[in-house]
Amino acid sequence: MAVGLPENVFVTKLDAAANWARTNSLWPMPFATACCGIELMATASSRHDIARFGAEVMRFSPRQCDLLIVAGRVAMKMLPVLQRIWLQMPEPKWSISMGACACTGGVFDTYAVVQGVDRFIPVDMYVPGCPPRPEQLIAAVMEMQEKIKRTGTITGKEFLQRTTAMGPQPFDIDELRRRREVTPVPGLEIYGQPPVAAK
Amino acid sequence: MPLAVSDAAEVDSVDQEYLWTLNFGPQHPATHTTLRLVLKLDGEKVVDAVPHIGYLHSGFEKLGEDLDFNQYVTIVDRMNYISPMANEIAWHHTVEKLLGIELTPRCKYLRTILAELMRLHDHLLCVGAQALDLGAFTAFLYGFTQREKIYDLAEYASGQRFHASYTRVGGVMFDVNADWAAQVKRFTEGFKPVHAELHRLLTRNRIFIDRCKGIGVLTPEDAINMSVTGPLARASGVVRDLRKDEPYLAYADLDFKVVCAKGGDVYSRYMVRMAEMMESIKIIEQAIENIPAGPVNVDSVTDVVLPTKPAVYRSIEGLIQHFEVLMPNRGFPVPTDEVYGATESPNGELGFYLVGDGSNRAYRCRTRPPSYIHFSIFPHLIRGHQLSDVVAVLGSLNIIAAELDR
Amino acid sequence: MPSLEEIRAKVGAEIDESSFRDNRRVIVPAEKAFTLLAWLKEQGFNMLVDLTAVDYLEYPKAVDRFHVVYVLLNVDSGERLVVKTPLNPPELDLPTVTTLWKGADWMEREVYDMYGIVFAGHPDLRRILMPDEFTAYPLRKDYPRKGYGERHNFPVITRSES
Repeated sequence: MAVGLPENVFVTKLDAAANWARTNSLWPMPFATACCGIELMATASSRHDIARFGAEVMRFSPRQCDLLIVAGRVAMKMLPVLQRIWLQMPEPKWSISMGACACTGGVFDTYAVVQGVDRFIPVDMYVPGCPPRPEQLIAAVMEMQEKIKRTGTITGKEFLQRTTAMGPQPFDIDELRRRREVTPVPGLEIYGQPPVAAK
Repeated sequence: MPLAVSDAAEVDSVDQEYLWTLNFGPQHPATHTTLRLVLKLDGEKVVDAVPHIGYLHSGFEKLGEDLDFNQYVTIVDRMNYISPMANEIAWHHTVEKLLGIELTPRCKYLRTILAELMRLHDHLLCVGAQALDLGAFTAFLYGFTQREKIYDLAEYASGQRFHASYTRVGGVMFDVNADWAAQVKRFTEGFKPVHAELHRLLTRNRIFIDRCKGIGVLTPEDAINMSVTGPLARASGVVRDLRKDEPYLAYADLDFKVVCAKGGDVYSRYMVRMAEMMESIKIIEQAIENIPAGPVNVDSVTDVVLPTKPAVYRSIEGLIQHFEVLMPNRGFPVPTDEVYGATESPNGELGFYLVGDGSNRAYRCRTRPPSYIHFSIFPHLIRGHQLSDVVAVLGSLNIIAAELDR
Repeated sequence: MPSLEEIRAKVGAEIDESSFRDNRRVIVPAEKAFTLLAWLKEQGFNMLVDLTAVDYLEYPKAVDRFHVVYVLLNVDSGERLVVKTPLNPPELDLPTVTTLWKGADWMEREVYDMYGIVFAGHPDLRRILMPDEFTAYPLRKDYPRKGYGERHNFPVITRSES
């Protein structure tokens, strides 16, 4: 005799339940360095109000966040800070690279600006624009929620598949050549950091 | 690793052993952007503060040597990004000084209106963020709602809401229309009640006063000696405003007051900013009433501005002129000389030291950034105060990291 | 504002003057710079508006490699004066003016950071904008805009190891 489910009970996969919870409670970590940070403020303030999409709990402590929003260009001096913040965030975590500077270096093709944060930390979503309008950021957050719903697993095994830094490839010939040369120029190893230990 | 605690904050004397060292930033909510302080604390009291900057250094001045005078405006925009157009106006003010261009009356008035809108833009965020740091969230939201309206005006004029890149050498990208002027008028009308509400929220708020009065006092002698300009200097009683002292654009024709205070503390800076907003509204109202008709760009035979599109498409002179300006080996007639030009940006004296070498790129374009100078006085202001006053003083200085580090 | 004759009588005969638009410039040799600036401060130039340097490596008809530029302002009368001091390697040092104007502190550090010009007697002459480990002087004309690849020299964190 088949026992029917009682009312208000439904059956689903554990992954789907976890994704549902994660999707609707994204806590962004606003890593706001430059102009995009002001647009991030605009997104959070009254006219655009990111709270409508369940991502308004901005926490400035990386330990409490699961969505890193890199807003603005990242200079050489700032990149180790960014990496440390990323490593401090608990799993599962995602990241949005907001604005042209964070994605590719943008107009700042100079000695001091990192040409895209995706070379050094993983990035899930790119938002173009200089700076992106608040609507674009909201769209990115919604897209991010879609992605979590689609690909998330409760054990986070989808993260293991990406073993290399991925992202848009540079157009600059010099840049390509520089990328191919795996060994850095001798005498320029200014940051003698030990490699980040794998877990 | 660059995150190591500073060598300068080293404590070696025996009687200072009990001092604590606290790292503040570079990623901290009260810094708003990226700057770092290493504080030396005696309990709650700040004994010393060592600022560390450069976390947003992006080589603006190197880029300026690589881009021509019109292209560099896009970079200058990103300098003080809470009042982008004020930077454009300062930059092209210096370029036009180097090139010896006299603007048309309409352009002068238009740039004046934009500069004052940007002053509102800056002060609204500064006052709002200062209140936010001290725990009052509402003022920030009120300020930001008005800022959105200024964004709309900028977008209407230029097509871009944030980094407008609107000015050009000898004029602006394109003229504004009567509807824009009407919208500016509507904005100034709507702004006044919000300003009054900001006053009601903060000016007589007991908590706000207690946390601001007598904090971070800067005497006028120190202000002059430490190169402080703008609202900070005026809050200390230094009567200096480039709009009055070295009138540029249309400021000589307009009636406004220079707002000063005597206290030199955080509260005086707040009051100066609030009063300056009302003066800006006054300037905008006068300028929008009296904006002259006529061309907005200087005559295109001067080889600095692009001719209008119909002239390019329909006449050979216009076409030649277009290429004269745009071809890399032609361009502006630039003297081989150097000049320092400055305007009163919302944050203080924003100057450029520009060296021309005959080509249409700057040989050297040094920015005199007010935030940089203002942040250097921070240890002087905070010494002897409590730890919780750090955010109050930081908020009142209005440090913009991109201008600080460039 | 002191005239050129007054300045020459006070500081030395080798001082030169030029002007462009509304900027008046006084060019002074490096060893006389501090004397002149100290004297000008007594004459009422009580604010140092800007302190910067220019690298004239590729400049047409330039004689000296660097010029250090002081923009002075008399707050009471509103007069401005630009003082320029030529410098040539290897003697890239000047006496500090932080003893005259406290505002010169960070400006001198920036010039040191960007050009490698040393200000003798500065209380805390460290790099300010670039990292401490950086060895080049980025605003010199012989340093390329894109750098020598320092910006690529970081460890990479991939998804699987974070």
